[in-house]
Amino acid sequence: MTVTDPRLVGAVDAARTSAAGAATSTSAAGSIGYDVDAVRKDFPILARTVHDGLPLVYLDSAATSQKPLAVLDAERTYYEQHNANVHRGIHVLAEEATAAYEATRDTVAAFIGATDRREVTFTKNSTEALNLVAYAMSNAETTGAEAERFRIGPGDEIVVTEMEHHSNLVPWQMLARRTGATLRWIGLTDDGRLALDDLDSIITERTKVVSMVHQSNILGTVNPVERIVARAREVGALTVLDGSQSVPHLPIDVTALGVDFLAFTGHKMCAPTGVGVLWGRYELLEVMPPFLGGGEMIEVVTMEASTYAPPPHRFEAGTPMISQVVGLGAAVDYLSALGMPAIAAHEHAITTYALDALGSVPGLRIIGPPTAQDRGGAISFVLTDDSGRNIHPHDVGQLLDERGIAVRVGHHCARPVCLRFGIPATTRASFHLYTTTAEVDALVEGLHGVRRFFSR
Amino acid sequence: MNLDSMYQEIILDHYRNPLHRGLRDPFDAEVHHVNPTCGDEVTLRVKVVDGVVEDVSYESEGCSISQASASVMSDLVIGKKIDDAMELEREFLALMQSRGTAEGDEEVLQDAIAFAGVSKYPARVKCALLSWMAWKDATAKAMEPAVASPAASAHASPVDIDVPEQEKP
Ligand SMILES: Cc1ncc(COP(=O)(O)O)c(C=O)c1O
Repeated sequence: MTVTDPRLVGAVDAARTSAAGAATSTSAAGSIGYDVDAVRKDFPILARTVHDGLPLVYLDSAATSQKPLAVLDAERTYYEQHNANVHRGIHVLAEEATAAYEATRDTVAAFIGATDRREVTFTKNSTEALNLVAYAMSNAETTGAEAERFRIGPGDEIVVTEMEHHSNLVPWQMLARRTGATLRWIGLTDDGRLALDDLDSIITERTKVVSMVHQSNILGTVNPVERIVARAREVGALTVLDGSQSVPHLPIDVTALGVDFLAFTGHKMCAPTGVGVLWGRYELLEVMPPFLGGGEMIEVVTMEASTYAPPPHRFEAGTPMISQVVGLGAAVDYLSALGMPAIAAHEHAITTYALDALGSVPGLRIIGPPTAQDRGGAISFVLTDDSGRNIHPHDVGQLLDERGIAVRVGHHCARPVCLRFGIPATTRASFHLYTTTAEVDALVEGLHGVRRFFSR
Repeated sequence: MNLDSMYQEIILDHYRNPLHRGLRDPFDAEVHHVNPTCGDEVTLRVKVVDGVVEDVSYESEGCSISQASASVMSDLVIGKKIDDAMELEREFLALMQSRGTAEGDEEVLQDAIAFAGVSKYPARVKCALLSWMAWKDATAKAMEPAVASPAASAHASPVDIDVPEQEKP
C-alpha cells in the first residue's frame, strides 16, 4: 500500500493485526497457516444465529463471501472522512477520494502479479468485465490495423467450455449472434473435468478468442489453464480467464498464467458487492475499443466526435463505485495479510475433509471431481432416499436451512452442466477461508436428517 | 420455522404417489413452463369438452412442492367447469400470495389447502404455482377459437407472480 493512501490506515492495520495474531497459533485441524477460530472473529455475521438461536453454518461462499470488519470499516471511514467524486476536483476531499480509489488499483495489480497498474480496470462485477471484452470484439470502433485482433465475423470461432457460468457463456453467444461468428466448446468428462483429447480440433486457426473458467463454481474443478493457453497462442487466439472462483481462493499470477484477460468479482473475495475487475495485457487494452461511453472515458469531445482516454479510464465510464473499490482494497489487504497460500492450503484441507465426509452419506453422488486434486471448495451433489428415489435439491436445501445450514440449490447459473450430467439441479456446499470442519460435520449430519425425513 | 407446516403429510403423499401423471391423448393444447431460477419444469396438456375440463395430463420435474402441487391441481380441476376451475385457481393464487396470513377456504380448496404453509416461504411459492400457471395458460390456449392445430403447442415463461425474487447467481 502506498504511503499517500488515506484509506483508513486504522482499518487496514486492524486487518493486519488480526491476521498476524491469527497466524501465531495453528489450528488443530493440521498444517494450516492461521487459526480459523481467530479469523472467524473478524467476520461479525458468522457469529449470528438463525431460526431462534441456531448457529449459522454458512456454506454458500461461492455465491458470495462474508465480509470482514476491516472491509466494513474501510467503507464507513471512506464515507465519514473522504467522500467526494474521483478524478474531478481540486479540493482536499476529491484528492483523498481519488487517492483511495487509485490506491486499490495498485493493491489489486500487486495481488494478481500485474506489473502495470494501468492493466487493472474496475467494473461492476465479473459479468460486466466479461461483457466488456465481448462487446469490444463487436464494437463498430473495432477498426484500424491495431484493432485487428478484436475483429470477429462469419467464419471466425469463439471457444468456451461446457462448465461456464452463464456470465461467461451468454456474452459469447450474444457476440456470435451479433457478428455471425460460431460458438464452440470443450466438453466434460464424467468426473467433471475438461475433455481435452480433441483440443486441437476445437481450438483451430479459425479461433479468435478462447474464454474459460479457472475454477468452476458448480463442479469445483480447477482447469489446466496453461495447456489451453498454449494451444490458443499457437493459433493466435485471445484468451480470457473467468477468475471469479479462483482469485478469491488461490494465489494468482497473471504473468505465470499467460492469459490475455482475467475477470473477477469483489463480492466473492470478502469485498462489497458492486465492484469487479478486468485485468488485461496493456498492449491489448491500448488498442481495445471502449464498451460504455460517457464521462471519464474521454480525451477531447466535440459535437461531432470524441477521442478516448487511455486505459484504464477508457473502460471506466461514469462515476465509478468508489466506496466499493475502497472496500476491495481493504479486502485484498486482508487476504494478503493472511496469505493466499495459507488460504488455499486451508481450503484444500477442508475440501479433502468434506469429500471424505460426504462420501459416508448413503445415496450421495458428487457431481464433479471426486478428489481434492486440482479442485476447489465448491462441492455439488445429488442425494437419494433409502429406496433410491431422488430427493430434489430444493427440498434438501430447505431441510438444511431448518438446521441453520446455508447451501445453494439449483443449477448455479451453469445449466449446461446439469444437462450434461442429466440432473435437474444440485445441492452445493462451498467453503472459504473461514470454513471449519465442524461446519462440514453439521452438513453431513444434516444430510442424514434429510434422508431420514424423506425415507419415512 | 416449523417444517411440518410446509411439508404436510398430504403434500408428501401426493409427491410420492402423484395423480394423473403422464402425457395423454387427446388434448387441445400443450404448454411447457419452467421456473428458471431452480430448474423446475412441467409439460402439461389440457382437453376441454363443452366448457368442462375433460383431462389434464403432465410430465414434470422438480421438488416435492412442485410435484405435489401438479398432482393436487390436476385432481381438483378435472371434471370441473372451466369457470369454476378458474375461480379455484384465483383462490389458490391468493392463498399463495398471502405470505402466511391467509388460511384459505378448505371447502373450496380441498387438498390444495395443505399448501397454505408454503406461502410463508417466498422461494417456494413459485414451486407451488408452476403447474397452476401452466394449466391456466394451456386452458386459455385451448379456448382460443382460432387455434389452427388441435394440438397447439406453446412455450411460455411463467406468468409473472408477485413474489420476491430469491435466487442469486
Ligand atoms: C465462475 C463464475 N463466473 C462468473 C460469475 C459472475 O459473477 P458476478 O455475478 O459477480 O458478475 C460467478 C458468480 O456468480 C461465477 O461463479
